[in-house]
Amino acid sequence: MDAAEAQSHETERVRQFKDLILEVDGVFVSFGGVKALQNVGFSVYKGEIFSIIGPNGAGKTSMLNVISGFYKPSAGSIVFDGRDRTSASPEQVARMGFARTFQNIALFKGMSTLDNIMTGRIVKVKSNFLKEALYYPARNDEVAQREFVEGIIDFLEIQSIRKTPVGKLPYGLQKRVELGRALAMEPEILLLDEPMAGMNLEEKEDMARFVLDVNDEFGTTVVLIEHDMGVVMDISDHVVVLDHGERIAYGVPDEVRTNKDVIRAYLGEH
Amino acid sequence: MKIDHELDTFPKLLFNRKRLTPERPAMREKDFGIWQTWTWAEVADEVRNLACGLAASGYQRGDKLAIVGDNRPRLYWGMAAAQCLGGVPVPLYQDSVAEEMEYVINHADVRFALVEDQEQVDKILEISERCPKLEYIFYDDPRGLRHYSVKNLSDYGSLIEHGKQFDSDHPEFFSSELQKGSGRDISVILYTSGTTGFPKGVILTHRNILVTVINSIEFDALTEKEECMAYLPMAWVGDHIFSYAQSYVAGFCVSCPESGATVMHDMQEIGPTYFFSPPRIFENILTTVLVRMEDSSWIKRKMFDYFIRVAKRCGVQILQKESVSLVDRVLYFLGNILVYGPLKNTMGFSRIRVAYTAGEAIGPEIFEFFRSLGINVKQLYGQTEASVYITVQTDNDVKADTCGVPFPDVDVKISDSGEVRYKSPGVFQSYYKNPAATLETRTGDGWVSTGDAGYFDDAGHLKIIDRVKDVGRLNHGTLFAPKFLENKLKFFPQIREAVTFGDGRDYVSAFINIDLDAVSNWAERNNVPYASYQELAADSQVYEMINDCIAKTNADLAKDSEISGSQIKRFLILHKELDADDGELTRTRKVRRRIISERFGSLIDSLYSDDTRGYIKNEVTFEDGRKGMMEADLQIQDVKTFDHLKKAG
Repeated sequence: MDAAEAQSHETERVRQFKDLILEVDGVFVSFGGVKALQNVGFSVYKGEIFSIIGPNGAGKTSMLNVISGFYKPSAGSIVFDGRDRTSASPEQVARMGFARTFQNIALFKGMSTLDNIMTGRIVKVKSNFLKEALYYPARNDEVAQREFVEGIIDFLEIQSIRKTPVGKLPYGLQKRVELGRALAMEPEILLLDEPMAGMNLEEKEDMARFVLDVNDEFGTTVVLIEHDMGVVMDISDHVVVLDHGERIAYGVPDEVRTNKDVIRAYLGEH
Repeated sequence: MKIDHELDTFPKLLFNRKRLTPERPAMREKDFGIWQTWTWAEVADEVRNLACGLAASGYQRGDKLAIVGDNRPRLYWGMAAAQCLGGVPVPLYQDSVAEEMEYVINHADVRFALVEDQEQVDKILEISERCPKLEYIFYDDPRGLRHYSVKNLSDYGSLIEHGKQFDSDHPEFFSSELQKGSGRDISVILYTSGTTGFPKGVILTHRNILVTVINSIEFDALTEKEECMAYLPMAWVGDHIFSYAQSYVAGFCVSCPESGATVMHDMQEIGPTYFFSPPRIFENILTTVLVRMEDSSWIKRKMFDYFIRVAKRCGVQILQKESVSLVDRVLYFLGNILVYGPLKNTMGFSRIRVAYTAGEAIGPEIFEFFRSLGINVKQLYGQTEASVYITVQTDNDVKADTCGVPFPDVDVKISDSGEVRYKSPGVFQSYYKNPAATLETRTGDGWVSTGDAGYFDDAGHLKIIDRVKDVGRLNHGTLFAPKFLENKLKFFPQIREAVTFGDGRDYVSAFINIDLDAVSNWAERNNVPYASYQELAADSQVYEMINDCIAKTNADLAKDSEISGSQIKRFLILHKELDADDGELTRTRKVRRRIISERFGSLIDSLYSDDTRGYIKNEVTFEDGRKGMMEADLQIQDVKTFDHLKKAG
């Protein structure tokens, strides 16, 4: 086998995208006197991995909450797939194809991994109350949903904890289950709020691998928040950097890495 | 033994199964949470396509096919497919690091590799530069591999497609290749992960394995109705015999678990009737059971303790159909309903007819525990070089501390130096490309040296003490058998691994590895805070607990005059788990004494001085292959010893 070939077996991570899926423009959010976001805008391409980074308190989670419909921006617009959805509710946003995970895990602790992921299928269940009351329609639907969920369990390699209550699981695995639940919604855009926070190096690498695999296998657009630059720079196609609610840099990882404002925001003034 | 030419290779036997029992299940695998089944007819057709696919890529008679991965049906079929074409499968340990694989791939002249997934593909690509003979890589699970653009790397599906095409273009090819095979052909090369030096490739022919397997099937009356689990490394001779060879001859179904982590659960669902494992699996199962019992409610714990005592008293006798008092019989019956039955069900042992433990000596207490529950666990003494079977225990004639009587057609003798030697139809041909080692092991007179020290007891049962080279003596003359002591220590659920020293010393001392599962569980319940293995291992309460365990072992040793002098005087708990990646254990988790005494030399010196602490600094390998330095200052403790008391009368 040729050595040169063996070395270049994985494609380079400079990828080209053409369709925009999400356009955030001039967004303002404030809580009383605190200006959480000021005139933030960026665009996310279909099929890319997009990261929002910044130091603590930069407004990253606020931005994600705006995208997922938890916060209404006081000004600015959010356009998804060409349609304006600035004032959509979280429920509507979920039905449009957004799924998210939370910074501090929000799973049903007493329920099994399988059941937790099944809850993600709710947006996909077609039947209504009457049909659910009948044995066969309910069973067929359940079987179809379960099949999909089993695919996710296999994908995330969590077969051994299928029946384990998630409250008993270690933190890293809980994060993985949460990712599973988000994937169960078959999202167009997957919003991940600090998926690697609190993890050790090995868990971080595993999570990074899964994010790449999700993006690769299902073509899902991923928007993720992190304050750890290291992993993010390796896996993202585009990055926006926030500091004190303002956008200080925006572009491909290599540009952002060398940006003076970014370095100042992370390391402080000299 | 006379073997029909029509049935003298495993592929021929596979097609025989297709004729005899086409609709019976041959293999199962749990995938997406559901058991998928393949019948013998389906397996035979799949193997045919696979073999033709290999042939289409240029696979020649005599070519080696490396098999790397967890137990997956497709990998087993790959072995059969290679054999159909007169090729030789070479299964590798799936957790080998790239360098270890490089050695075997080069040494075995491997041209083709069939591997499980991206992880294994990455490993092989990493070394492919240094493996000039390796040409083709096929993989089972395409996940993550879609964007790899490497020449001659393709997935299992396309291999099958090419095979179908090739088969329809050359309809006569497959049957003629199948008929060309003979019992004298090499069936498999198994690399032994020896405790010293480079691994050696043991060459076994179809006939070697077949004769042994036919004998074993007769010996245990195995039928096509058995159920067994394939969960041990495919590179281990045991798995090759039990999950592959015996299944093809007897026609029973082999089930592959969903993943390594789900074995226990999958076993519960399958309920195997035929089971084999090295002692550590039984140890792990027992540890899990004991830990879970400690967490359970008061009433359950009391019930468990009481009925386990009943089982200890009379369980083994009941299993061996010996006479037992009526009261015990009634109590055992009750225990079976309340405790043993549910317990066996949880462990997946409800339907066990025959179970074997092999590979290493099992702690007598562990062994008795399983037998007392009515599980027919027996011991077997074997080697890769013997196609497994050397001695084996017969039903109803089982003793905890022996390995049973010579297997049919096997001659066993003890040499003057106390070494066990044997002769059998299963004896290997040679070590691949290593005539010197072959001569050393298989001397001119046809006897094979095992390297194990042992003797026959009065009833004709073989007892293995230890490796010949490991058995030593203390300065005051007492016999020192390290493995014997270590196994005693390892019976305690808190102790995962132990290494003892004593040869040419004044007393015995030990390194201990705590069992993280058991000890962390204890720590949680007792509010002992810890952040890492290292911290837990250094905890003074943990030291106290281990000290108690060793003292109990010493009390036990004191009962036997021969070994009373080898009580353990001093010990320390190692700051790291002994690991095969660091070369401290073999891939089958046997301790490598030489490497351990080199690496931890300064600690051994401290054990034989008056120090109460020992300092160590050494290199460790992290999971991603990077290396780092690790240093530690460890506590050393003395343990209570006992005088040998002659039993009165």
